[in-house]
Amino acid sequence: MTTAALSGIRLSQLAADIVARALRAGASDAEVTIREGDEFSTTVRLGEVETLKESGSRGVGLRVLLQADKGYRVASTSSSDFTPEGIDHLVRGAIALAAVASVDPFAGLGERDEFGQLSGDLALCHDDVYSLPTEERIAWARRAEAAAMAVDTRIVNSDGASFDAATGRRVFANSRDFVGEYTSSYCSIAASPLAQGSDGQMQRDYWWSQARAFRDLESPESVGLEAARRTLRMLDARRVPTQQAPVIFAPEVARGLVGAVFDAAAGDAVYRGASILAGKIGETVAAPSVTVVDDGTIPGGFGTSPFDAEGLPSRRTVIIENGVLRSYVLNVYAARKLGLKSTGNAGRGLAGNPFLDAGNLFLQAGTQSADEMIAGVERGLYVTRLMGQGVNLVTGDYSRGATGLWIENGEFAYPVQEVTIAGNLMHMLRNITAIGSDLVFRSATAAPTLRIDGMTIAGE
Amino acid sequence: MDHKRYFFEKFGVTERLLERCLGEALSAGGDYADLYFESVAATSLGLDESIVKSASQGVSAGCGVRVVSGERTGYAYTDDLSADRLLRAARTAALIASGPAKQPVQGFTETSTPDLYPAPAADLDTDLSAKLDLVVRADRAARRYDRRITQVRASYADELRRILIAASDGTFASDTQPLARMNVFVLAKDAERTARGTSGGGGRVEIGYFTGAKGPEFFATEAARTAVLQLSAVPAPAGEMEVVLGPGWPGVLLHEAVGHGLEADFNRKKTSAFAGMMGRQVASSKVTVVDNGCMPSRRGSLNVDDEGSETQETVLIENGVLKGYLSDKLSARLMGIPSTGNGRRESYQQIPMPRMTNTYMLSGEDDPEDILRSVKRGLYAVNFGGGQVDITSGKFVFSASEAYLIEDGKVTAPVRDATLIGNGPEALKYVSMVGNDLALDEGIGTCGKDGQSVPVGVGMPTIKLDRMTVGGTGR
Repeated sequence: MTTAALSGIRLSQLAADIVARALRAGASDAEVTIREGDEFSTTVRLGEVETLKESGSRGVGLRVLLQADKGYRVASTSSSDFTPEGIDHLVRGAIALAAVASVDPFAGLGERDEFGQLSGDLALCHDDVYSLPTEERIAWARRAEAAAMAVDTRIVNSDGASFDAATGRRVFANSRDFVGEYTSSYCSIAASPLAQGSDGQMQRDYWWSQARAFRDLESPESVGLEAARRTLRMLDARRVPTQQAPVIFAPEVARGLVGAVFDAAAGDAVYRGASILAGKIGETVAAPSVTVVDDGTIPGGFGTSPFDAEGLPSRRTVIIENGVLRSYVLNVYAARKLGLKSTGNAGRGLAGNPFLDAGNLFLQAGTQSADEMIAGVERGLYVTRLMGQGVNLVTGDYSRGATGLWIENGEFAYPVQEVTIAGNLMHMLRNITAIGSDLVFRSATAAPTLRIDGMTIAGE
Repeated sequence: MDHKRYFFEKFGVTERLLERCLGEALSAGGDYADLYFESVAATSLGLDESIVKSASQGVSAGCGVRVVSGERTGYAYTDDLSADRLLRAARTAALIASGPAKQPVQGFTETSTPDLYPAPAADLDTDLSAKLDLVVRADRAARRYDRRITQVRASYADELRRILIAASDGTFASDTQPLARMNVFVLAKDAERTARGTSGGGGRVEIGYFTGAKGPEFFATEAARTAVLQLSAVPAPAGEMEVVLGPGWPGVLLHEAVGHGLEADFNRKKTSAFAGMMGRQVASSKVTVVDNGCMPSRRGSLNVDDEGSETQETVLIENGVLKGYLSDKLSARLMGIPSTGNGRRESYQQIPMPRMTNTYMLSGEDDPEDILRSVKRGLYAVNFGGGQVDITSGKFVFSASEAYLIEDGKVTAPVRDATLIGNGPEALKYVSMVGNDLALDEGIGTCGKDGQSVPVGVGMPTIKLDRMTVGGTGR
């Protein structure tokens, strides 16, 4: 599993070469992305290995811009074929395709002074992800499952436990002399036990830990125990009558709301007028206690990178500050459309135009503990899982299936399932009446426990 | 149709090499091994603000090697199809087993494949200007529909997937699978509100499909109509009520409520809410649901599944009684049930598993007008976004994107987006009327399971559910 580690210099050189070839073939500007990765995964079920997968792959993408009178024609190609003929096909294909695209007056690369990358060690890649022998990785998954199964006799089955590891390299070069590359690593462990209640109904939940370094992974036993606790608390779940009541979002579902804020602040939705946050810079859009930040610079973060997908350095952007919308999140194109500067939030696939992508996205922690927040609710719903698509960013309409625990006089009374929670995102952001102190980055998007008032719970 | 020649000629694959790789895959024992070669060429075009802003093409190729030993699966893949790398992948997958080497069956038996869809000989980049014309026409048609349409995004995407499968049980199959889709997204705006509308369709078709009745004008008009309608939508009601679902795409109900729960892997592991319910009444006697992988040109159809098995029509629920599971080779063998040709995978990088193809409810005898007239107060939902299900608890959701109130048997005001929620093994017991108007969706479905996406179809006649929970905010 050392192919990625050995090939960095060679791939940077290849990316720069492809840029040069695209220019020679007639492109006015060009961008090349190369991705390479190795993956390992194993699942264990009821103590036995179920799957074992180990492989690597790579791909290259080219985006060319042909200058016209008032803008550029743009097209892109991608391939898994790194042979000289494959690269030749990639370049010729992109140029031919661009000739049929429309002239876009706003297309174009960033300005020369915008390109760059963060210096210093961002702690994104750790060798220990692959230092554990296969048998040990299987043992970790087995231990997580065993810990979950041993908690209670009501845990009767398992959807398995898994151990995953991956390393990846990303290379980007463009015709404005930017060349950059970085490697990242990742490993995770998860368990998903099933429990059966007195009514015969089965429940399943899961828990996980992920880290960039193996040494930072939580123990399999702690993951298994938490997975079991979460599953058992849902046994004998029932429905509740349709009503309006306070809803407390547990951190693992609250982060979905933060994701919706990012999507609503995304420059492409804004310039199209397809977002409830369009045109609201400087306006109060959330409760005064709400601050939402996107920060791609946090060392070791799951959403950290030295540069974005257009070669601009990652940065920290305050989207909402004390309830006031301060900034959209932008790539070069969306920024140009809005007469602003990119916030370094470009993402992209191998082919296609850049889109908008978050770094480490979070809602700033408050001061109350989750327990205090629950104690403050006379009757309401503590939501632990959500289902369905969620929010219409054009209207703000929000409606999702919910699972959780009913709160009665400040304490959990019984588990709840097969209900929906609904409201409007704009009202919901303004009606955040309490924010927990429990902000933990379990993935690139994070939120503390949130209390939102005024939502409709639909059930019986 | 001889689909295998592509791999033989372009990548130098030979039957001898396939046999060597399968031998290497079983070098440490195991019950079964297979090779899945895949080569995909894809094109996508996007129009936004009346100009073609994105045009892209991509090619990828690779091979996945699987070794099955009991309930264990070893898997490795490579995007380099040289003999050296194929053999190395086979040796990696072989690590799952630990025993004496086994010999693959000598000689392959080629699976006979129907011709459910066209198999273009050339790569798809020939009709580029015709594809561009589709998105340009969609833009014009949407803007022409109503002055309140302020934004139009139209996209066209197609791919041509070539596959070759060779297995240690002598299975040998190959196919060439086209897939094309158009999508239109519009915004409508008046003095007070902005609303969105979407539409799209396609299938395993060539570009000529879109010059017929289901062309850019049809999808653009549909999207524009929905967006304008949503400008005057009232809040959706909240709570349990009678729900009428229109024909076609609302069949996503079946996909979520019963389809996933009947995939054999979940039932083998007894993690499905439907486990152990075979032969039991799980729906009203008016309900018959099938999964059919061999419908011509449909998005969910396959000449051969991703394990080289023939596809078929499988009865899942007959007159309300649970009749069958959807299986792949592994679950069929371990459960001792027939293989239904539902082994599918997203790409050569993924392990196949039981998946749906085209899943629909058969027509009943009720007149759709009568169904609506029978409802005192309820919701009439005719179009949906996606859905989701918790296999184990059976709870499922699907999100209405076009729905209306029904008051005293009459369809009245349109309502805003709302999620509907129900319990899979219970929900279809409340089906009290089934229309005579079965329709299949327009060809836009993509199903996700364990991180793998595959194209699927759904369908349904108009049906009435006596109770279902609607997740709105209104009364």
